[in-house]
Amino acid sequence: MTNAIEVKDIVKKFGDFTAVDTISFAVKDGEIFGLLGPNGAGKSTLIRMMVTLLTPTAGTAIINGFDVVKKADDVRRSIGVIPQAMTSDLELTVYENLLIFAKLYGVPRDTRTRLIGELLEAVELTQWADKPVKNLSGGMRRRVEIARGLVHEPRVFFLDEPTTGLDPVSRTAVWGMLRKIKSQRELTVLITTHYMDEADKLCDRIAIVDHGKLVALDSPAALKASIPGRAAETVTLDDVFVHYTGRDLRDALQEPSAADSPFVLRR
Amino acid sequence: MHRTWAIVEREMRRFSKSPMMIVMSMIFPLMQLIVLGYAFGGNVKHLKLAIVDQDGGVPAVKIKELAASVSAGARTLDLMDYSDQGRAMTDLRNGVVNGVLTIPPDFSRRSLTNNEPRVALISDNTDTFVSATLAGTVGSFVAALNAPNAPVRVSGAAGLDVVEVYPYVPYIQYLLPGSITMSIFMMVMIGGGIIFIDDKARGLHEGYLVTPITKLELVAGFNISGTIKAVLAGAAITIIGSMIAGVPSPLDPVRLLRMMLVISITAFALISLMFLLMVRVTDPLMPRMMFGLLNTVLYFPSGAVYPQQGFPGWMHVIAVIDPFTYAVHAFKSLLLKNTGFGAIAGDLLFLFVFSAIAMTAATALFKRTL
Repeated sequence: MTNAIEVKDIVKKFGDFTAVDTISFAVKDGEIFGLLGPNGAGKSTLIRMMVTLLTPTAGTAIINGFDVVKKADDVRRSIGVIPQAMTSDLELTVYENLLIFAKLYGVPRDTRTRLIGELLEAVELTQWADKPVKNLSGGMRRRVEIARGLVHEPRVFFLDEPTTGLDPVSRTAVWGMLRKIKSQRELTVLITTHYMDEADKLCDRIAIVDHGKLVALDSPAALKASIPGRAAETVTLDDVFVHYTGRDLRDALQEPSAADSPFVLRR
Repeated sequence: MHRTWAIVEREMRRFSKSPMMIVMSMIFPLMQLIVLGYAFGGNVKHLKLAIVDQDGGVPAVKIKELAASVSAGARTLDLMDYSDQGRAMTDLRNGVVNGVLTIPPDFSRRSLTNNEPRVALISDNTDTFVSATLAGTVGSFVAALNAPNAPVRVSGAAGLDVVEVYPYVPYIQYLLPGSITMSIFMMVMIGGGIIFIDDKARGLHEGYLVTPITKLELVAGFNISGTIKAVLAGAAITIIGSMIAGVPSPLDPVRLLRMMLVISITAFALISLMFLLMVRVTDPLMPRMMFGLLNTVLYFPSGAVYPQQGFPGWMHVIAVIDPFTYAVHAFKSLLLKNTGFGAIAGDLLFLFVFSAIAMTAATALFKRTL
């Protein structure tokens, strides 16, 4: 089995601050790979380097055989990305959102309609296809974005906290749909989440990142077994998370987001 | 290129669902056209002129009669007789009157003996428009007093005949080219700059940046869609504004076609400028702040409201590089003089070169990563 993702000694610095510090790992083809870590641990920065949104300060990331710096466009063509923020066009309908992205990826006209139809079916939004996204609930919007991220049939799918802020029913639905989509196509999934139970059920392997460093990487069962002094069946992923990242709160100031500005049009 | 059209399609689909945007971009320029056009367009009337006649002779009466004829005819003056010079001056300082015309005690004697008779006009020069109008009006009837009673049959004095090439242009028509340019600018700022930065702040751009779209395709997509929106606003105000301002034959198809070309190139120049200024901006407050600044810096030096010949040197420098200058000149040529492309070729060339430079610089500065 070949590797869909190969990250080697990757580093990202913002001035004097090292957000990602010499991380290496590989994700096999078809694997569901979970990336866990406290807030500010460097997960999103790591994903953003893998999806070409940030340039690494050092090290390499090879996605589907393409270097993220040297072959950025080839990487972009072969991946689907769901960023942490909701990035659908609120004024456009569900169908229009998918259509525009299909065109941006150059999906041929004859396959476009079929693909969009199949994806809407998969995320159970067919009946809402002609409704503006602004009229949908948070969970439905996330499903629109999942469909949008797959509209060009990528081989690797990156999801940055796709279930954050959703109610338990919507969350379960999103994970269920991801599982279904994964079973229907050859897809490697890299996902970040704060919900340990979900990561436990869905992920083949989990990497825990803390302070920009990779502190653990294994299957959920192996990670649970690695906790000393406890029977593996009594250990949860929450215990694993706390064991590797500690109990200290990660209070830190951060730059205010421009999206929080009262001047942003909420359309 | 298909990705550029995908961006254009996205923007136009969003625009079609926000018709208020085009209305918003037209309200301000239209209001400005109407209010400024009528506020500055009329002649100054009903200036209060105090007349202090300290002479009482026939020549003094003749001056008062000439002043009364102006008051009754053009209504430029409202005359007020004063017997006390001191009271007249107090009223001038208190703003009760705009000027004091004093006919001194020896005016008639000097007039009849041809010994340099003089009257005095004391005006409130804190308002230069009013004092200039008063000086001009009083000067004209004093000149009339000097005219010979029986005109010389064959005069040797040189005369001046003024021939106006075009029909009378009211000030509201003079303002219209600036209002059209302003409506294009408003749409560029609202439908281009503000939405671009807001989308950036909301993270929408992350969605595009992970697709294989190039910098040029992305900037071109935003520029083309912004141009289309601005052309719609400019075309709408051309027709509505022409009707309001009373431009002859507002729907003349040949002129409209020429106008559309100038509107399009102006829109492209302004959206390119806007992207160049916004390409590295992330704070949603910035385009809103720049809006007022650019409005002043671009609109007023362009000659839209006042002839550029009256500007100081430093303002001429702004005017030379200001795309508004060339757009306003081209619109004036087409709307007020009904010229062809020959008269505006220089304007079109400047706007084209300006667009190319601004768009190239914006593309070079555009960051493909976060």
